[in-house]
Amino acid sequence: MQLARYFTAFKTILIKEVLRFSRIWVQTVLPPAITTALYFIIFGKLIGEQIGEMDGYRYIDFIVPGLILMSVISNSYANVVSSFYSSKFQRHIEELLISPVPNAVILAGYVGGGVARGIVVGITVTIVSMFFSDWQIHSYSITFLVFFLTSVLFAMAGFINAIYANSFDDISIIPTFVLTPLTYLGGVFYSISMLSEFWQGVSMINPVFYMINAFRYGLLGTSDISIGFAFVIIIGFIILLTSFSLWLLKKGVGIKS
Amino acid sequence: MDTHALSIENLCKIYKGGHQALVDVSLQVGQGDFFALLGPNGAGKSTAIGIISSLVNKDSGSVEVMGHDLDKDPVKVKEQIGLVPQEFNFNQFEPVGEIVVNQAGFYGIPRKEALARAKKYLTQLDLWGKRDVESRSLSGGMKRRLMIARALVHEPRLLILDEPTAGVDIEIRRSMWDFLREINRKGTTIILTTHYLEEAESLCRNIAIINCGRIVEKSGMSDLLKRMHRQSFVVSSRETIGEVDQLEKYQPEILDSTTLELSLHQDTDMNSMFDDLSRAGIQVVGLRNKQNRLEQMFIEMVTNPESICKAEQETGQ
Repeated sequence: MQLARYFTAFKTILIKEVLRFSRIWVQTVLPPAITTALYFIIFGKLIGEQIGEMDGYRYIDFIVPGLILMSVISNSYANVVSSFYSSKFQRHIEELLISPVPNAVILAGYVGGGVARGIVVGITVTIVSMFFSDWQIHSYSITFLVFFLTSVLFAMAGFINAIYANSFDDISIIPTFVLTPLTYLGGVFYSISMLSEFWQGVSMINPVFYMINAFRYGLLGTSDISIGFAFVIIIGFIILLTSFSLWLLKKGVGIKS
Repeated sequence: MDTHALSIENLCKIYKGGHQALVDVSLQVGQGDFFALLGPNGAGKSTAIGIISSLVNKDSGSVEVMGHDLDKDPVKVKEQIGLVPQEFNFNQFEPVGEIVVNQAGFYGIPRKEALARAKKYLTQLDLWGKRDVESRSLSGGMKRRLMIARALVHEPRLLILDEPTAGVDIEIRRSMWDFLREINRKGTTIILTTHYLEEAESLCRNIAIINCGRIVEKSGMSDLLKRMHRQSFVVSSRETIGEVDQLEKYQPEILDSTTLELSLHQDTDMNSMFDDLSRAGIQVVGLRNKQNRLEQMFIEMVTNPESICKAEQETGQ
């Protein structure tokens, strides 16, 4: 009985979140589609044709997985960080804090909203990529699993950012100075084999590198690293960030006096 | 004996920075009561309400709502409470109906039932016609009523209203009073904080006054008002007022040439006062009570040197 009530609460938060980003789709769904189309035109077509093949694939095909996952990462993160921070800023987070919703349901609802936006944007970008590239999916299960887990992971990271944020500046610092460099240096546009041994080592400590490679394996069947190890990294980070988020909610950090 | 709707014991709260907002506060509110929690700004009312409704972490003490302990069974406690906070705290970009339906969803109420309840409470509060309007476009009074509808949608047994009529015009305020009286009559316990003491006097049966984080008065409203020794009246005279020596026992104060303020002891009847005014040659053409009785008592209590911020002295602030 209680579980049914919690499920209703979860659905309520999830639908509220989906409606939120759907209402402003011009700001949330359209820009990644346009940006990715520009990437395909400039890096894939114009410059890519000069580059030739990478890891045995046309350059434009090689960058498709990274560009899709880059959109998933940034949109899952952005959805949760902006929505949860707004709810703190406008104080309507209090609607949830006074109601008998367990912290895990609050977290699941917001992360679910982030994942939903990640999926919508990911599918949109995938459709855009089909106009430029004629790739085939190598492994459906790995592709969808990496797609989903990466979205969960970065939605969770956005949640933690929002908990600590005290101003709108605070919700843009991490995406600009941490997330974007990690994504661009995570092998979206190049194979790790092009780097010197030192920079290959540095790339190995970038978690985004594992996600992009696992996703590339799912789509194209090629990867710089072991897929099993990539899953360990992704799931390990999800467990870590979930535990930390629940602890923050329990303590009321950033949301209770 | 029924359990209390609310029972708080030895509640203490010190904010970061050292401000002691609550000092050993204990308070009981009976089921079905209409209870006023009054105090000047910064007295600790909102902190107490924040702790009861799980928005503020307490440092020590206990809170029980309808017999459920907040520490042991927070879910049960939260299910009993509806909160109308002082500040507007809904999503300004969401439609009115969605805000109320979502709140029901947070309490686990299925959508079909939530829609029916939203319709019921928005209609009662005259907001059903605005259900599809973004909440930011509502007037101040409508926003207050929206927060009441939202607080009632899960049908709580204890409704806490933190200054629900602030900034609301008198006509709407009166209709809100009628609405609150009605839900209290049907069994909902109500705790009200307000700066309009006329509101507390008119609605509430019991009262607590909090000052500097301490309860300085706790009693029935009528008992409290009986303890008022004097009332002030403003008298308007037809002619210019001259000497008032004969009215010495009323502590007269001439406000202008035809207006006089008198202070009447509770043992003195008004007929005697009119006789004395006639003897003084003052022809009364108008009379009004200078201020609300509760307001007078409230000011005395919160400005009484013995009650002023003992807490501040003790904590060295």
